[in-house]
Amino acid sequence: MPEFQFSSGAWQLNPQVSLRPESFGALAYHFGTRRLSFFKSRELLEVVERLPDEPDPAAACRAVGIAERQLPSYERALRTLAETEMIVPRGER
Amino acid sequence: MPGVAPLVDQFELGLQAPICITWELTYACNLACVHCLSSSGRRDPRELSTAECKGVIDELERMQVFYVNVGGGEPTVRKDFWELLDYAGEHNVGVKFSTNGSRIDEAAAARLAASDYVDVQVSIDGADAAVNDAVRGPGSYAMALAALERLAAAGFEQPKISVVVTRHNAGQLDDFKAIADRYGAQLRITRLRPSGRGADVWDDLHPTAEQQRSLYEWLLAHGEEVLTGDSFFHLSAYGEALPGLNLCGAGRVVCLIDPVGDVYACPFAIHEEFLAGNVREPRGFEGVWRDSELFAELRSPQSGGACESCGHYDACRGGCMAAKFFTGLPLDGPDPECVLGNGEQLLAARGDAAIPTPAVDHSRRKPSRACDEDPLAEFWASAPAHVAQRATSAGG
Repeated sequence: MPEFQFSSGAWQLNPQVSLRPESFGALAYHFGTRRLSFFKSRELLEVVERLPDEPDPAAACRAVGIAERQLPSYERALRTLAETEMIVPRGER
Repeated sequence: MPGVAPLVDQFELGLQAPICITWELTYACNLACVHCLSSSGRRDPRELSTAECKGVIDELERMQVFYVNVGGGEPTVRKDFWELLDYAGEHNVGVKFSTNGSRIDEAAAARLAASDYVDVQVSIDGADAAVNDAVRGPGSYAMALAALERLAAAGFEQPKISVVVTRHNAGQLDDFKAIADRYGAQLRITRLRPSGRGADVWDDLHPTAEQQRSLYEWLLAHGEEVLTGDSFFHLSAYGEALPGLNLCGAGRVVCLIDPVGDVYACPFAIHEEFLAGNVREPRGFEGVWRDSELFAELRSPQSGGACESCGHYDACRGGCMAAKFFTGLPLDGPDPECVLGNGEQLLAARGDAAIPTPAVDHSRRKPSRACDEDPLAEFWASAPAHVAQRATSAGG
């Protein structure tokens, strides 16, 4: 699997993953690994939903209005999602 | 994420849909385990039809309930079991089902191995036949291991082996792990609840205080490689939090659908006190989950009562609601197995009258007299003396 990079490489939600919005953010369920993850903010849900329309994860964060000083925490969250295959490189399934 | 309350606090207020549902498909069972939390045995004539079950699955798909724990009774005794399993898979509802293994023949094992959305959980309650069969019945250990053999032979990957921790098997945790490793299985150990027939045996079978302590150490050492269904969160009061949510999820993140469609707050609380509604109501399961008064109450801030001043309250959150209820303890006080011993003191002080009895019981009736073949025996026994006398002379 290609390494996750915040400012280069196109990503998207894994097609095997379903998202369910909740007041705190969202539940993400991976039907392949049967792993359940929690998105701890609505903004993270927006970022993930924006991934397919942007050239890289950092661009998706900026596109939904994440402040510059918050970018590192979003980078960490997205990296974890990449490591658990909740998000995957675009074009690969 | 900045400025976000801990997830546990969010979960206590409830979710749009459960994270996980336990769905008991039938009360019928070919075993009669002494601790059965649903008091199963006989099928209930009012059990949901195939069409009604599919209707529930449709609702779960719409609500994005990603997976259900299917149980019973023994769910595989339902004639439409495999049909429902397929239907759930086609509708994005993952299934993990619990079985005693009796019906996992070669064909079933092959079928399960070919599916990638079904998880199987085989129950054993002893790491040897003697300990297991004393709880689950003669021959049940061999039956469960035969099922695991067939699953492994068919190439089914990582089934679960599910163990309820009792006084008699609490010392066998390493043995259970070895059995799981032998079959390429994952071990799941859960707490003995005083629910269903479990209420009758809880006093004798629940682990001792020393066993609880060893169990806690063992769980910490084995971390996330062993599943627990978050059922031991009351042990977190020993110090370090155990992996998992560590909260009572009843009506907040979990619930139970029983075989007749009744929706209860949790699988261990089959009692009218925790009955939220029925999936057959016009509002359906979704309406019961979102609007029931009981669930609204469970999602409102709860009082820790006597426990609130305890320094460990944040860790154990007062423990298990069902365990308190079915041992006759107040819901806003300590768990009967409180690691500080506060529950024990209350148990000793309570009167027998305080203990609620389960309202739903499908246990198979034992024959009143071993050789009694007269179908009217009960009638004669309760009939007035002269009727019974006449019957005796007529029969002679």
